[in-house]
Amino acid sequence: MKIYDGKFIIAGLVAFIGLATFPIWSNIGKASPLPEPKLDTPAIQQMEQKQCVLTRDEMRTGHMRLLDEWRIEVVRNGGRIYTATDGKIYEMSLQNECMRCHSNKTRFCDACHSYVGLPNSTPYCWTCHIAPREKD
Amino acid sequence: MAKLPKPSELALDYTLPKKGWMDAAVDFRPGTWSHAARAKNLEAAGLPNARQWSPADSDWKLPSNWKQIIFEGMRERLEKFRSLRIFMDICVRCGACADKCHFYLGSGDPKNMPVLRSELLRSIYRGEFTLAGKIMGSIAGARELTENVIKEWFYYFFQCTECRRCSVFCPFGIDTAEITMIGRELLNLLGLNIDWIAGSVANCRHTGNHLGIQPHAFKNMIEFLADEIEAVSGVRVQPTFNRKGAEILFITPSGDAFADPGTYTMMGYLMLFHEMGLDYTFSTYASEGGNFGMFTSHEMMKRLNAKMYAEAGRLGVKWLLGGECGHMWRAVNQYMDTMNGPADFLEVPKSPVTGTIFDNAASTKMVHIVEFTADLIRNGKLKLDPARNDNLVMTYHDSCNTSRGMGFFEEPRYVIKSVCNKFHEMPPETIREQTFCCGSGSGLNNDEFIEMRMRGGLPRANAVRHVEERHGVNALSCICAIDRSALTTLMDYWVPDVTVYGVHELVGNALVMKGESERTSDLRGDPLPGMEASEDENI
Amino acid sequence: MNFIMSLVAVLALVLTAFLGIEAAGLRTFFSMAVPYVAFTLFIAGTVYRVLAWASSPVPFRIPTTAGQQKTFPWIKRNRFDNPANKKEVLGRMILEVLLFRSLFRNTKAEIEKGPKLYYQWEKWLWVGGLALHYSFLVILLRHLRFFTEPVPFFVQALGGMDSFLQVGLPGIYISDSVFMLAVIYLLVRRLIIPTVRYISLPGDYFPLILMLAIGVTGILTRYFTRVDLLKVKQLALGLAKFQSSAPEQVGTIFYIHLLLVCTLIAYFPFSKLMHAGGIFLSPTRNLPNDSRIRRHVNPWDYPVEVQTYAEYEERFREKMIEAGLPVAKEIAAGGPAVYPLTKK
Repeated sequence: MKIYDGKFIIAGLVAFIGLATFPIWSNIGKASPLPEPKLDTPAIQQMEQKQCVLTRDEMRTGHMRLLDEWRIEVVRNGGRIYTATDGKIYEMSLQNECMRCHSNKTRFCDACHSYVGLPNSTPYCWTCHIAPREKD
Repeated sequence: MAKLPKPSELALDYTLPKKGWMDAAVDFRPGTWSHAARAKNLEAAGLPNARQWSPADSDWKLPSNWKQIIFEGMRERLEKFRSLRIFMDICVRCGACADKCHFYLGSGDPKNMPVLRSELLRSIYRGEFTLAGKIMGSIAGARELTENVIKEWFYYFFQCTECRRCSVFCPFGIDTAEITMIGRELLNLLGLNIDWIAGSVANCRHTGNHLGIQPHAFKNMIEFLADEIEAVSGVRVQPTFNRKGAEILFITPSGDAFADPGTYTMMGYLMLFHEMGLDYTFSTYASEGGNFGMFTSHEMMKRLNAKMYAEAGRLGVKWLLGGECGHMWRAVNQYMDTMNGPADFLEVPKSPVTGTIFDNAASTKMVHIVEFTADLIRNGKLKLDPARNDNLVMTYHDSCNTSRGMGFFEEPRYVIKSVCNKFHEMPPETIREQTFCCGSGSGLNNDEFIEMRMRGGLPRANAVRHVEERHGVNALSCICAIDRSALTTLMDYWVPDVTVYGVHELVGNALVMKGESERTSDLRGDPLPGMEASEDENI
Repeated sequence: MNFIMSLVAVLALVLTAFLGIEAAGLRTFFSMAVPYVAFTLFIAGTVYRVLAWASSPVPFRIPTTAGQQKTFPWIKRNRFDNPANKKEVLGRMILEVLLFRSLFRNTKAEIEKGPKLYYQWEKWLWVGGLALHYSFLVILLRHLRFFTEPVPFFVQALGGMDSFLQVGLPGIYISDSVFMLAVIYLLVRRLIIPTVRYISLPGDYFPLILMLAIGVTGILTRYFTRVDLLKVKQLALGLAKFQSSAPEQVGTIFYIHLLLVCTLIAYFPFSKLMHAGGIFLSPTRNLPNDSRIRRHVNPWDYPVEVQTYAEYEERFREKMIEAGLPVAKEIAAGGPAVYPLTKK
């Protein structure tokens, strides 16, 4: 088969294939282990029953929703009390409640957030809240 | 000839048919199709399947293996023209082209929407040449090739004037003109052409021009026009014919030699050449600028066009000058050099009057007369009295082919504004690259097609009427031989008070010639502005 | 009818993925086999189609000139709409490909009694088309965050800009909204404009409905049924690295989304979606209007039979001499030759 204007067309096709296969060649030789958010803060270690507000799976896919609801409740309605499904009472506060246990933002929050490509400014928790000071 | 309804009675119906477009049956209503090519013309043109037939017949006397001919013809053209392959594959049917076609606007027939005109061919292409079409049939937009499809092709490919307006608006540049050209090539493989085209092609092939004017008659006609010039201006112009050693070979459509109002344009050329003392010659052999071969097949276009360079070489001229014509200039600009070049025996055109070198024609060696004249005016070489055209309130029709196949917009306007004091543009959606066809291009300017011509010309006529009402425009100028004839008919029908002029007729009127007597009338013999009274006194 | 057919086809795809996961549990099939097949078809099919185009030459220069040609230095020419060289063609192509310049010219003709024609402003198709293509591009690039580790800066930044409105959590992407609006507009337009509806084939509705379904399932996975992104990314990276990363349970909605996307890319090369590649090769756009300036060669050019001057003179010699026209040869003894009107 004869190709006319091959110079341009082949170059175009090479560019197309290069772009389309970017995910393949850009990953060659790269290790990309699953992030492991650390649950080893002193506060968590002291807990008898290691249980968050919701179950582990619910927190994984739904923590942003929960935080969003909390924010709205606190900021707009002035509510502060959250009753979990197991009847436990929590204070709706990122800094006082969540970060009490999860005091390790970089090794907990950021671990997954950066894995799924969220830049540090998003989620935008930290535009208002002060990230906890971490030792280490 | 079919009866043409009055403008007020011409029904414009945009209701879409209940049945989908894939149903190929066509109603051959008189006035909407052109007569079939007669056997003798097909034979004389060297085209196959010469026979007596009519589109109104149910049996079109196709060759027994017609299907195979079409499929092989399609395959060959798909391999030869990337344009065809691309245009068959990439239409997304966005509909941007739908209301850009003058035939759709004037007829309301949905198959005149460029997208559907192309789908007529595309559906067959899908069925035969794509996997999806072969497997899924109509779901993939494919149709079976039947005789009805061939009839439909004939009807609609000879209802497209190859004006390319749709291709300006198409986001992918799909050019229906290209599809129509190839569609007509396929039809011609089966001996399906219209007589107006086949006859012109046959004439051109054997006598050198579409009208079949023989050498002596051609010379007589030009000399008759020279007499007319003498009567108007008192100056005797001396055209020469088939003269070896002339500097320039001048070629214009034969319509300019033979049919009003083109003849007045021819008088303008003659006067201009005489006044400039141009060393030029006509050729009776290459006496046709137009190229109806273009409306038949690429091969026929090449055959008819070949005479230009052949004659230039034989006469030993330095370069070619071309008259006012539309499709001639698409052929010259986009095809001639590739088809019949290289014209390396000619020189890069240089105006003997101004010394301007026409770099933009460095390879084809052919200059447009309007370019040539614009350069003369720009350099102050012409003495002009535009007041002689003061009875004309002028507008200008951009020809499809020079517009969208060349980009020839400013030169004619510059010339017109130099020779006419009163000039008004039509609305921007109807001029320049968006110009509307006269409705009679691509070999469809025949009498029996008259209703479709008037319908197709509606958008153009409508724009003329707009400036007539708004600015009192009474004159429509153009640089195309088919326009000069077709717009005249169109104006008579839609805007009766507007007269059609060639640009060089206007130049001829305004041109102050050395040794001329006082002019009292224009080239048509009508009194010049301010001379009406003196005419009366003479009576 | 064509619309219904396309709608049914897309619903069938949704159902296939749903049953395939929920009933048959074919997770590996839908998350590994289908994407690889689709991607292979996409690349191979596209290359094949482009090479098929490339195998046909461009015999003649047929640019559609939409602006003033190059003539005299004192006439201003239009470099973008009537390019005279390759550099200017590049400019024209950039405008066409990135800004849909030709579509921008669109007008709408209206006819009134008289008859009187009007041409109205009509840029919605251009707006809709541009919106669809650019939002699609942004969405596509954003998805790179699942295929790269670490995520490149531009993907992160794009995601940040796209959600800068900070509405809700996870933040709403502007591109998602634009994409949905554009697809719906183009679909509704196809259905309600009578002429466009008349010309529409199943192949016109199908990609639109498919994209609509992709948008809906994508939005569902993000905002409503929510999937575990870590698992999704693990799966995506596994695909990119050809590692079977036995996918754990991810919501069924994700598999539906994935199957629809795979259908779209597999369908791409065999459909009108190839306009994306075709525009680059369109001869009315990618050629300079320079065939009077420089010579171009038709690779399949062949000599044709023409009437030569000698034949012409042979036919008309007598009349030419009589009219005083110069001839090359005088009349031979025995009278003029007979000129055949039909010959091979």
